[in-house]
Amino acid sequence: MDYFLQLFLSGLTKGSIYALIALGYTMVYGIIQLINFAHGEIYMIGAFTALIVASVLTILGFSGLSILILAGIAAVIYSSAYGYTMEKIAYRPLRNAPRLSPLISAIGMSIFLQNYVLLAQTSDFLPFPALIPEFEFLKPVSHIMSSAELVIILSSAVIMVLLTFFIKFTRMGKAMRATAQDKKMARLVGIDVDKVISLTFIVGSSLAALGGILIASHIGQINFYIGFIAGIKAFTAAVLGGIGSIPGAVLGALILGWTESFATGYVSSDYEDVFAFALLVLILIFRPAGILGKSSAQKV
Amino acid sequence: MKKFLTFLLVMVSAVFLMTACSQKAEEKAAEAPAENTEAAAPAASTEPIKIGVAGAHSGDLASYGLPTVNAVKLYVDEVNKNGGIDGRMVELYIEDDVCKPEVATNTASKLVSEKVVAVVGHICSGATKAALGIYKDAGILVISPSATNPELTQSGEYPNFLRTIAPDDAQARLEVDFAINTLNIKKFAVLHDKGDYGKGLAEFAKSFLEATGNGVEVVLYEGVTPGAVDYSAVVQKIGRSGAEAVIFGGYHPEASKIVTQMRKKQINIPFISDDGVKDDTFIKVAGEFAEGVYATGPVDTSSNPINIKAVEDHKAAYQADPGAFFINGYAATMALLNAIDKADSTDYDAVSKALRTEYVETPLGNISFDEKGDAIGVGFSMYQVQNGAYVELK
Repeated sequence: MDYFLQLFLSGLTKGSIYALIALGYTMVYGIIQLINFAHGEIYMIGAFTALIVASVLTILGFSGLSILILAGIAAVIYSSAYGYTMEKIAYRPLRNAPRLSPLISAIGMSIFLQNYVLLAQTSDFLPFPALIPEFEFLKPVSHIMSSAELVIILSSAVIMVLLTFFIKFTRMGKAMRATAQDKKMARLVGIDVDKVISLTFIVGSSLAALGGILIASHIGQINFYIGFIAGIKAFTAAVLGGIGSIPGAVLGALILGWTESFATGYVSSDYEDVFAFALLVLILIFRPAGILGKSSAQKV
Repeated sequence: MKKFLTFLLVMVSAVFLMTACSQKAEEKAAEAPAENTEAAAPAASTEPIKIGVAGAHSGDLASYGLPTVNAVKLYVDEVNKNGGIDGRMVELYIEDDVCKPEVATNTASKLVSEKVVAVVGHICSGATKAALGIYKDAGILVISPSATNPELTQSGEYPNFLRTIAPDDAQARLEVDFAINTLNIKKFAVLHDKGDYGKGLAEFAKSFLEATGNGVEVVLYEGVTPGAVDYSAVVQKIGRSGAEAVIFGGYHPEASKIVTQMRKKQINIPFISDDGVKDDTFIKVAGEFAEGVYATGPVDTSSNPINIKAVEDHKAAYQADPGAFFINGYAATMALLNAIDKADSTDYDAVSKALRTEYVETPLGNISFDEKGDAIGVGFSMYQVQNGAYVELK
């Protein structure tokens, strides 16, 4: 039973991180039908920013939790700026171009950002400080659940509740939903569509940055390439849950996390990805739009 | 039409340029030893000893091959300056195989037609294997500084092949022997990163462990996905398997993640790995969790006086630090020329016998070759992280 619980929790942790990144994919797709392949790189930039800020704060004599919070805020602001700028220069000029053009632009952006960090920082793996402190009350069960895992699961849950609240009940959230449904109509009723799209990128990037800092302080190392695999996995999760759907992204991410964890635990980690992607194919056969995705007729 | 003519002109001149270049390169290679012959050889009547140097000298993997060329040149220049071997000058024939098996056969045929006595090379295992058959038929000895594929010596197919580097499975052998004899461990978890290098090592380790008997068993054998976000599921599995030690085949990024997560989950069993992990980055990244980790790595020869001299000669001649396999290439040349000297001939059987019976001081230590062609005295040591640095365990 202990073993099952361990695997369940490690799957939940992994799934929470995938969910934070997958939300960015799914929100952007919901609004402009673009698969933003550079999203994983925003996650990586978030982690790098947090590392730099955390190192500076450590030298200045700040301690544990305050570093985590300040570095988190800095990472969110910096990554949001990247997300916002990326949309402005790489996607907005192509908004009326054929759908393949922004896709290529996104891939280009992803490669550009990877190489930019590679050149500006380093190609080496860098140690990331364990910003999440070890809680005393978790000591007796630390073989089942570490405090980092607890913090990741809890903060992801809180962030997702806040996000749902934001989209459901605020004016900006309403405007976002309206834009997602029909851009032209939204514009007619007075919604600044460009602003809404920018905001979507900012929110998505902030979530990715938070994912970056949480996972980096959990596993303790980063390099310029971590965004690629995390991005692919999160994208898979978004498709699994139904791309464009926010609860779908979370559900897809959790299912992916658990599948990987249980496949490793009960079968073999050699087949971790095999199981994850076999599940994806299986679900897409029966529900081509993903678990919670709505298959809508193409508007002509 | 005009465009086409210009294009043609450019092509033609390009072809000329290319041939000119390659001619120059060949001349250069042949020139260097020839000059020495005139300058320092009183016994000009004796034939020079022809040695081939083959390997990747251009292309992606040139950085693996060129240091050996430099090593051979440096040592041979020194020998020639001191009057050669028994008064005979050493002449070099340098040929590029670009590390490709299909090119290596041509390289080998060319060296055979030049009637070289022996070849220092090739660099890559695949290219070496392709070329060996040709040398074997021609009765030419081959000493590689870098081909680590175990089959090359262990299959017994190529009695003309020797090497001054330990084969791939030597690390796995050392890991297993160390764990069983020194640490007294019976139950092993063997992990790898699914790559050629890591999986190869893990497979050797597994087969050595299984062949041991005596209650030694592999309780877990798995590959992990390199670069994955998190390895906690695998780590839980290690904990549950009841393993008393982990043997990991792969590189330091995965190793540091696994070790860190193991220690955080209170799994404090020995972690034994290879020279992909024996890297200072591992200690930097894993920090306090790196303490006590074992890793195999090449025997430290940096304090060997011949090694120091060879590196200094290289710095004086090329104004740079030598590259990969430089020391191995230097040792191969020393061993070969020493054997020719001791055998007093360039006869295949005599030189082959001298290589296997005579010990020679090289930058890698005092070495000779065993029946199969592997160097005795060249290999790996076990290192352990102690107080933030790798320390060689004697």
